[in-house]
Amino acid sequence: MSAIYILWLRQLKRYFRSKSRIAGSLGQPLLFLVALGFGFGPIYQKAGGGNYIEFLAPGIIAMSVLFSAVFSGIEIIWDRQFGFLKETLVAPVSRFKIMIGRTLGGATTASFQGVVVFLMTLAVGFRPHGILSLLLAIAFMFLIAVLFTALGTAIASRMEDFSGFQLISNFLVMPLFFLSGALFPLKGLSPTISLIAAIDPLSYGVDGLRDALTGAGVYGVGMNLTILGAISVLLFAIGGYLFSKIEI
Amino acid sequence: MNRNVIEVGDLVKIFDGLAAVDGISFEVGAGEIFGFLGPNGAGKTTTIKILTTLLHPTSGKVSVNGFDPVADSENVRRSFGIVFQDPSLDDELTAYENLEFHGVLYGMPKKMRRERIENLMKLVELWDRRGDLVKHYSGGMKRRLEIVRGILHHPKILFLDEPTLGLDPQTREHIWDYIKNLNEKERLTVFFTTHYMEEADRAAGRIAIIDNGKIVARGNPAELKKEMNASSLEDVFLAFTGHEIRAENSEAADTMRMRHRLWTKRK
Repeated sequence: MSAIYILWLRQLKRYFRSKSRIAGSLGQPLLFLVALGFGFGPIYQKAGGGNYIEFLAPGIIAMSVLFSAVFSGIEIIWDRQFGFLKETLVAPVSRFKIMIGRTLGGATTASFQGVVVFLMTLAVGFRPHGILSLLLAIAFMFLIAVLFTALGTAIASRMEDFSGFQLISNFLVMPLFFLSGALFPLKGLSPTISLIAAIDPLSYGVDGLRDALTGAGVYGVGMNLTILGAISVLLFAIGGYLFSKIEI
Repeated sequence: MNRNVIEVGDLVKIFDGLAAVDGISFEVGAGEIFGFLGPNGAGKTTTIKILTTLLHPTSGKVSVNGFDPVADSENVRRSFGIVFQDPSLDDELTAYENLEFHGVLYGMPKKMRRERIENLMKLVELWDRRGDLVKHYSGGMKRRLEIVRGILHHPKILFLDEPTLGLDPQTREHIWDYIKNLNEKERLTVFFTTHYMEEADRAAGRIAIIDNGKIVARGNPAELKKEMNASSLEDVFLAFTGHEIRAENSEAADTMRMRHRLWTKRK
């Protein structure tokens, strides 16, 4: 247990010490909130969708958790390049425990980031429907974070250096975000986009968050939790397996 | 005292059809300082990686502190500490936090951990800088910190892979003083690799010379020199292998890496 704890603590310390990284990662959600929220707001209202900020805010929170989580997972490449990974791999601790500690650490910082972005959404006028629902929202943030930290770990376990980083960012993380229903409603879409959104795990995270915060979900809390949980377990197993295969 | 803590018999490691380690055998006794010498690419690091459970051997017998690194990796990992060829500290943590991390990872009880960290950091004269982030440390300080970390959990064996590579001569001497001191104080077995022959000459009780994956000579440095009628280990190496240790096999990348280190650590 203490090994998992110290690995978790290390992730937190590193995160809270890199002030520029925190500041940088808050810039993008703010830009999206302001530009999209106020830019598309009037059209959305006219089309009968209601308040766009209210619709958009949960999506942007999910986005920031997604980015932060994948990045946390990918940090393994960093550790590999700067040699620190070896220190953990020769320790008398199973790789599985290392994976748990790292994932929980990454998921905690990503969730924290989600909460900070949530506070930002309040500043631009977002009003959640209940205080209690915040707890459920945080649970969803954490699930999204675990899922995508594990995904990042799985990918990073197969990468030697940062050359593939741009590829992942452009062809995996961005599509996951844009096709998840974070920016547009999932109802009334063409079957193709509907299907793509349905196989994007982030859709269930966004929907769960939206449901928790504003009550405007599509899939339902139970389904969202089940699918996110199942995919998290699956990706954690894959990530754990690939991580256990790393040779230095 | 004469128990062997490392035993290697007919060890082979093949990468993509090429034998990086080609049937080597040696043993290291408890409390010994054992030097593993050879040019870059001779198989030194591969051997260390096998002994420290990071690589699995293709064939051969390996025993570290009486345990098999493949079948009993956890017990082997408890038995040794290691200083890698390249730095392996977390730059974003303080020196103290790096050691704390290591101690917890190795399951040391809190009180013992704290005392041990303090004693060892004082020994290598880093205690006053314990709260500094490691990224502000010089190359020599980092190496000292890594040595402390390597022995923090009271291992039987300390592996040092090119411990002084890229350090200036003065710092190198300093580092060896600490290592010898620990060897005596803690009855620590030290297994190190180097391609600085004069270093091995001064520090090691026994050495093995490895070239192209094979051990070409073994013994006490003074005896080897006498036997080959050579004035330095460099000449011994030349006599056994027919080539110089530095010039050949030292790839451009290695040279570049060393230069890079020399420059980046000159603060």
